[in-house]
Amino acid sequence: MNGERALRRVGDLAGLPTSAQGPRNLVWWGNISFMAIEGTGFALAIGACLYLLGQSPHWPPPGDSLPGLGWSGAFTLALVLSELPNLWLIRQVRAKSIARVRLGMLVMTLIGIALIGLRWFELQHLNVGWDHDAYGSTVWMLMVLHTSHVVTELVETAVLTVWLYTHEVGDDQLGDVEDDADYWTFVILAWVPIYLLVYWVPRWL
Amino acid sequence: MAGAAAVNGGRSPVPLVALLLTGCSGIQSSLDPAGMQAGATFRLFELMIVMCGVMYGAVLLFLGASVWRVRRQLAAAPAIEPADPGLGKGLWAWGGVIVAGLVVLATGSFFVERALAAARAREALQVRVTGHQWWWRIQYRTPDGRWIETANELHLPAGRTARIELGAADVIHSFWVPNVAGKMDVIPGHTNVIDVSPHRLGWFRGQCAEFCGAQHAHMAFDVKVDSPAAFDAWLAQQGRPAAAPADAIAARGMAIVTGGACGLCHVVRGSAATGRAGPDLTHVGGRRSIGAGTLPMSRGALQGWIAQPQALKPGTMMPAVPLDGADADAVAHYLETLR
Amino acid sequence: MSPDERERLHAVWADRPGLLGFLGTVDHKRIAARYIVTVVGLLFLSGMLAIDMRLQLSQPDMRRMGPQQYNEAFALHGSTMLFLISVPVMEAMALWLVPLMLGARNMAFPRLAAFSYWLYLGGVLMLWLPHALGITPDLGWFEYPPLSGPAYSPGHRADIWAQMITFTEVAALAASVNVVATILKMRPPGMTLARMPFFLWAMLVASLMTIFALPAIMLATSMLIADRLVSTQFFAPAAGGDVLLFQHMFWFFGHPEVYIIFVPAVGFVSSIVETFSRRTLFGHVPMVLSILAIGVLAFGLWVHHMFAVGLPRLGNDFYTAASMAIALPAGLQMFCWIATMWSGRPRFATPLLWVIGFIATFVIGGLSGVMTASAPLDLQLTDTYFVVAHLHYVLIGGALFPLFGAFCYWYPKATGRMMSERWGVVAFILIVGGFNLGFFPMHVLGLEGMPRRIYTYGPDMGWGTLNLVATIGSAIAMLGGIVLTGNALISLWRGKPAGADPWGAPTLEWAARSPPPQHNFEEVPVVTSIAPLWRHGDLPVMTGLATDRREVLVTSVIDAVPQYRHHSVGPSLWPFVAALATSGMFVASIFTPWAVVWGAIPIGVALVLWFWPRRPRSATGPLARR
Ligand code: HEA
Ligand code: HEA
Ligand code: HEC
Ligand code: CUA
Ligand SMILES: [Cu+2]
Repeated sequence: MNGERALRRVGDLAGLPTSAQGPRNLVWWGNISFMAIEGTGFALAIGACLYLLGQSPHWPPPGDSLPGLGWSGAFTLALVLSELPNLWLIRQVRAKSIARVRLGMLVMTLIGIALIGLRWFELQHLNVGWDHDAYGSTVWMLMVLHTSHVVTELVETAVLTVWLYTHEVGDDQLGDVEDDADYWTFVILAWVPIYLLVYWVPRWL
Repeated sequence: MAGAAAVNGGRSPVPLVALLLTGCSGIQSSLDPAGMQAGATFRLFELMIVMCGVMYGAVLLFLGASVWRVRRQLAAAPAIEPADPGLGKGLWAWGGVIVAGLVVLATGSFFVERALAAARAREALQVRVTGHQWWWRIQYRTPDGRWIETANELHLPAGRTARIELGAADVIHSFWVPNVAGKMDVIPGHTNVIDVSPHRLGWFRGQCAEFCGAQHAHMAFDVKVDSPAAFDAWLAQQGRPAAAPADAIAARGMAIVTGGACGLCHVVRGSAATGRAGPDLTHVGGRRSIGAGTLPMSRGALQGWIAQPQALKPGTMMPAVPLDGADADAVAHYLETLR
Repeated sequence: MSPDERERLHAVWADRPGLLGFLGTVDHKRIAARYIVTVVGLLFLSGMLAIDMRLQLSQPDMRRMGPQQYNEAFALHGSTMLFLISVPVMEAMALWLVPLMLGARNMAFPRLAAFSYWLYLGGVLMLWLPHALGITPDLGWFEYPPLSGPAYSPGHRADIWAQMITFTEVAALAASVNVVATILKMRPPGMTLARMPFFLWAMLVASLMTIFALPAIMLATSMLIADRLVSTQFFAPAAGGDVLLFQHMFWFFGHPEVYIIFVPAVGFVSSIVETFSRRTLFGHVPMVLSILAIGVLAFGLWVHHMFAVGLPRLGNDFYTAASMAIALPAGLQMFCWIATMWSGRPRFATPLLWVIGFIATFVIGGLSGVMTASAPLDLQLTDTYFVVAHLHYVLIGGALFPLFGAFCYWYPKATGRMMSERWGVVAFILIVGGFNLGFFPMHVLGLEGMPRRIYTYGPDMGWGTLNLVATIGSAIAMLGGIVLTGNALISLWRGKPAGADPWGAPTLEWAARSPPPQHNFEEVPVVTSIAPLWRHGDLPVMTGLATDRREVLVTSVIDAVPQYRHHSVGPSLWPFVAALATSGMFVASIFTPWAVVWGAIPIGVALVLWFWPRRPRSATGPLARR
């Protein structure tokens, strides 16, 4: 070393690979950590919603109408089903099949655009303004939080797709695609409790 | 009240507490309890001081010993990773001592908490206190179901439990009379309740304890603990409408108060002044201080307050009302007679 | 390593000269040094505010400051001390130390580290530039609605406070993710979890706590801003909102926050005690278990900041017991440190003096914490100077004293020079003595009924004498701070040169040169014990990490078995640009909510360019360049 200590060589690392997949990869841990941060954010937003719901005698308060089930149902169905091509994509990443990974990412981008469209219509049918009362604010908070994740994920997927189609793909980029796909699963999982809380809990109460 | 504090300090079984008390004026002090609730928490505090003092002493002793021991034994050179069975056992023992100490403190705390909750069963008097930026509206419920309103001065009968309902008109405040009981926050959208059972007669002081904006420092109130008979007499007197002006100057003052701007914000019962934005002035002259504890009551202070509330309590919600010197004097004189 | 290779390694890790090199560097040591210099500057600024407050309170009815000035002073003092000093400085120490202690060449995500500093700097400017213009938050370090809501705080003071928090919390989250990934995945071969130095455990726990605690405050302040700017009703009682929701969310963050500050300090103390007692830390396993316990328990106690809000009393009993339970792990730690000194051969250099000052002072603060943890007793203590005393005893005695010790301990490593011991002792005596003189009386003031956050008090309250003592003590402590900083500055060129390992310390950072070169280590050290530098005359290493590109070794999480050689990214301006774009968005959002939408575009562009992988154009596929 550069200090004053004598060194004794006990091994050589030159033979190690220069990339790795899944949890062996350093970047995977960064991705998981950010999911933990955002997952905590979702959990707390849900907690805040439950708190307000518990404090008020009626949820929604008398006079507010319930959010529509049509577009939201379509969005939810589409989002959940998008996990199928996503799983296929992850398999192609593991198989390092570059042509299929490119195709898969293109498909996911298109699905993402369609989801944003559905979400747009869904937002038109929440039937309450965010400034109307605390119920309205809460519903909008949950929707904005999730929508921002869908948009971020779409942008990331689209940019990565463009890159994949225009560049030579290496192992690191396959890792990026896998992280992107994991994140997609996260966006789906985060939606389930929010969907129930926004659309069904007020009906069950 | 310094005398009372000293007496109490002398009684205290804990010398440290007695030490703390020197120099304490005592009218707003948790160390000089004059009520059931403050008494219970004070005893808990003494338990804490003893326990924590012992634990702190133990830590310092061990620290001192380890420093001193080293000075003696520098020559001996133990290993880099010595095995120390003695210290291992010491760790367990210390853990046991801590757990035992914590059990004592948590149990004591639990029982005091029960005691505070139990007061409610004996409740007698019903009082409503509303926190405003930066003064207190106070209302008493009479046995016949009327509400008598006053401000910035709380009277309580000794030996009875008063149930105080706390409401906030704007932001969060906190109701605190340390000699009588601990705090309870005053929160918009929530109605909190605190029970107080004072048992020593005298004047005390309460103060808003939750930061509530510019004049949080001057949101105090006086507290008078009376014998039940004196309290009843005082309440009956507070229930009466304002006295008619006794002289010409007072009459002029009354005309200004009821006819001018003052009446838009203040009530003087029995007159045309019916505003609700500020404190009830019906018996303001009988109070001990002005502006929620900002100034002691006197004619001069009243005059100063009316002329320049913003200079005496910068930021207060009471605007300066332009009055010429004679008018201001008349108003001050009139208010002083409202006892 | 041949001289040739050494040359190449230097060239590969060197920063570009000039401004671009300055803005683009991803050297964890340079970034951490920036953090620390910023923090020391802020300590002075907000220390001046404190002295200002102390002068105002030194006598009854002082007229130095009006209520508005005073409220601004404690709001700025508290917010700066907690959000801009205590939390960031601990991250800075981690950024600086973690790779060195791991024998690694850089952090896991070098550009994220740069981003986190620039964003932090944005937060500093967010709070202090408006202060220079006279727009200062004036509601304390926690701003409860409705007082901070649109109805009672018009203008932008509260917005500035809330956005400053968003800045610093994003920065803190970025730093924590970095620290977690580095500690878990970049340990040198042989450094299994069981052989990981205690300091790294402390940093790991603190970073994980950050990840789970900080989202709460970001959500709370975002809701507050939404209430203020787009008329949502989260905290408006008239429309079904609830003001206590804010308090719950704030303290769900706020309580773990204080341990996020304290746990790294526990790490400093352990390193110092170990080195200067010349034996390994007594009770390594109980120590690790106790910080894990603190990390978990910390998330279940937030209600002890809300005992006076009128929650059900049964719940209060639970939070009392849970809060007091923290005394067990904390008390065991005290024992382990003292036992280490007891059974070692301590050398009382300044870092160890700071540890002794820490123990004697922090325990007072811990015990006053146990008192406030009792729900019925806290009804008397909360919102008084008793709590002010508690929080300074634990923050200054519990976090800053260890920090000062750590500063003196690692100073030779960072600068290559020793600090003056004599002036170190002078600073120690002034700060520890002045602090205790200044803050102990505040306990008594609180018991005597003095509420916190009051700008003045009347002569009839009898608080004058103790307040004067408090002011004198604070001034002495501040003087000590100046001596400490002066010593550090002067030693930069007057200090004795320090070798690689002036203290004879056990952990890997002392195997690097002082100050370490940009790549820290040439070879990868191999670890066979918890005190690697105490075991061997010569240090086992592995060769083979590239010298012609930036490479770091990635190992397995539990056993630190080498897995692959990771390409570590080099300097880049994009983190700086991304931070600038994010700052622009945060600032603009105070004026129009649409800034969140439009501001996302430049941020997105900066991020895309930041992460853009540089590889040849495709020769296959539909868009191939043939
Ligand atoms: C570094 C920061 C730090 C640390 C480490 C702590 C540690 C503790 N704190 Fe403190 N706390 C703050 C920072 C910190 N706190 C701040 C900033 C506030 C104010 C916020 C505000 O309102 O502005 C606050 C406020 C605060 C309150 C709210 C007071 C109020 O507003 O009414 C409470 C209440 O329970 C509390 C409790 C505790 C406890 C039980 C510990 C424990 O962790 C202490 C454990 C340590 C020991 C106990 C000492 C060692 C142990 C022994 C020697 C064993 C023997 C002991 C016994 C048997 C008793 N703290
Ligand atoms: C780490 C946190 C920290 C630190 C260091 C301090 C330091 C000081 N604080 Fe602070 N204080 C808080 C955190 C802190 N405070 C918080 C959170 C609040 C609550 C705010 C609120 O209510 O919202 C508060 C509130 C507060 C109040 C109560 C205001 C009120 O309620 O009305 C007072 C009053 O006296 C006060 C005084 C002081 C003084 C005199 C100092 C110091 O002057 C003490 C002396 C200085 C030092 C010991 C440091 C010197 C060192 C250096 C200058 C640098 C050297 C370092 C290196 C070279 C590495 N503080
Ligand atoms: C805009 C409303 C308003 C007007 C007009 C107004 N006041 Fe006030 N007044 C207040 C408020 C609010 C307070 C409480 C101020 C405080 O303590 O911060 C107050 C306090 C007082 C007090 C002290 C009461 C106490 O118990 O401490 C007096 C006396 C008083 N006003 C007299 C007057 C007189 C006389 C006038 C007219 C010349 C007047 N006020 C006009 C709002 C008003
Ligand atoms: Cu009302 Cu403070
Ligand atoms: Cu806490």
